[in-house]
Amino acid sequence: MAVMNIREAILSTLHAEMERDSDIMLLGEDVVGGNGTAGGPEAIGGIWGTSAGLWAKFGPDRVIDTPISESAIVGAAAGAALAGKRPVAELMFADFVGVSLDQLWNQMAKFRYMFGGKTRCPAVVRMVYGAGMQTAAQHSQSVYALLTAMPGLKVVLPTTPADAKGLLTEALRGDDPVMFFEHKALYGVKGEVPEGEYRIPFGQARMVREGGDVTVVACGRMVNFAEKAADKLAADGIGVDLIDLRTTSPMDEDAVLDSVEQTGRLVVVDESPPRCSLAADIAALVAARAFTSLKAPPALVTGPHAPIPFSRVLERAWLPSPQTVEDAVRRTLAFR
Amino acid sequence: MLQLGHDQLLGAYRRMATIRAFEERLHEEIKTGEIAGFTHLYAGQEAVAVGICDQLTIEDKIVSTHRGHGHCIAKGCDVKGMMLEIYGRAGGLCKGRGGSMHIADLDVGMLGANGIVGGGAPQAVGAALAAKVDGKGRVGVAFSGDGACNQGTTFEAMNLAVVTRAPAIFVFENNHYSEHTGDAYAVGTARDIASRAEAFGMKVWRANGCDFFDTYEAFRDLLEHVRGGGGPAAIELDTERFYGHFEGDPQRYRGPGEIDRIRAERDCLKGFRARVTGAGLLAGAELDAVDAEVAALIDAAVAEARAAADPDPATVADDVYAEYH
Repeated sequence: MAVMNIREAILSTLHAEMERDSDIMLLGEDVVGGNGTAGGPEAIGGIWGTSAGLWAKFGPDRVIDTPISESAIVGAAAGAALAGKRPVAELMFADFVGVSLDQLWNQMAKFRYMFGGKTRCPAVVRMVYGAGMQTAAQHSQSVYALLTAMPGLKVVLPTTPADAKGLLTEALRGDDPVMFFEHKALYGVKGEVPEGEYRIPFGQARMVREGGDVTVVACGRMVNFAEKAADKLAADGIGVDLIDLRTTSPMDEDAVLDSVEQTGRLVVVDESPPRCSLAADIAALVAARAFTSLKAPPALVTGPHAPIPFSRVLERAWLPSPQTVEDAVRRTLAFR
Repeated sequence: MLQLGHDQLLGAYRRMATIRAFEERLHEEIKTGEIAGFTHLYAGQEAVAVGICDQLTIEDKIVSTHRGHGHCIAKGCDVKGMMLEIYGRAGGLCKGRGGSMHIADLDVGMLGANGIVGGGAPQAVGAALAAKVDGKGRVGVAFSGDGACNQGTTFEAMNLAVVTRAPAIFVFENNHYSEHTGDAYAVGTARDIASRAEAFGMKVWRANGCDFFDTYEAFRDLLEHVRGGGGPAAIELDTERFYGHFEGDPQRYRGPGEIDRIRAERDCLKGFRARVTGAGLLAGAELDAVDAEVAALIDAAVAEARAAADPDPATVADDVYAEYH
């Protein structure tokens, strides 16, 4: 086991997989950086540090700095995938999905189905998401629910360095388009990462802890908030089953249902507005399939039905927090 | 030389100096950690915002970019309100909800800065189409950089403006960097953005965006063309970005001495001062007095913003929709 952070896990996985498979290409804005400047190429290696050294090692045909053109980036990834390559497209911010949406929604997601199963589109779209750094309404959103709702796309959200490696490797080995979400506040999170080949199958949640009193389902950074809440609750003798979904499409429904059947109480933590959210989706799943097990109404911990504000105090008010998760758990347990 | 009166010249200098002082002060204040998020400074490009906005009326509309502070000040946004916004305060121009990247003031025809590169150009066409309906000779202006000129939205907006003969103006501020990549790499038309607009079928101008007078004169001709019903037009301005893409950018893509050189050779404020004092149009002491007033204004704006109240967290979900009474 090596200890590294999520940024390093992603970068080292890209290095290893690109070395192993010459069909893998990377394209995005400033993934090299410095092209056409006095400082020269690879002045940046990606603003998030997740593509450093790739251009020097694999060259400009496989590591492509693009102009600021998100539709073309995602569309070119779709086309390269249809043409037999394994492109990794990077969106500097997940919010820019809005610019490229048609290429995801009407194109990449639907090729295989529309073409009668005769094609494969193994494109990975890496995108940086999440609030908490005052990056305001157009650079903070968690758009995973939107993409989870699109049949044909797989949606992945690692929360640990080991998961980042295992899930990215799986994405690069699969034959479907994968939306790979990297939380900007999680890049520095450190942990042990298995050496050598390491794959995590999609649709397999991670049981972060088992406590038996209440089921808390989360993904992305919300898993960390839920862990902090669970620590505090444990001090009061309250045991949390904490489930990190890891992938929202496909989703490990059994992990959620099995736990709720034991605890009878569900809290879902989702870094997004509440309507048509992942939280609502999981609450609906449990209501439909584990209704008789429920001892309390499912509690949804989300942002409000509002864009993400810039101001520090407003952004804090918008975001779920360890405290709001803890409160929701206590409310759920108090329900009679 | 350009036929501008004493007060017009002094006003132009005041607005350019205000932008410069605002940005240079932010560069320092950001280091204190009191301002978070992304801040993109406009210093170096002042002659563009002021050379253009000084010829627009309050009824003309502009749409701006992520590097929008200069456009805001030039179009008449309140400087203290902007500073409060950048500090995320309740009294900010957008109640602290927007921040540096999303300042707007519709009362002065500033339809908004934009965090999405290329997000604004279609909106300027919309403003131009609205102006066409109103028939009062107003225009819609899209500020875009050499980054946004590569977005499909910008291409679509240019074609839409041409086919509708909208009084839309595309201002391409070529500061030679789209984020951290050079225009020599990212813009396929050999460092010539104006030729793209020309290819869409509109009349184009090119000017030195580090020279207020060159910018002003070229835009005066352009504006006459558009206000006169000649259809949309574009102007490309060769300019410089004195700071990084965002504050905190280590700027490893810059050549040795590059920033010193552009500050020495292409500073629009220095050029303006030399020109107007050399021609005897303004006295150095008058400009010094403006500098002092601007410095006092920025000091006061920062002091006020630092001391101002944060928004009430209970208002987080206000203003999502219009209110109906």
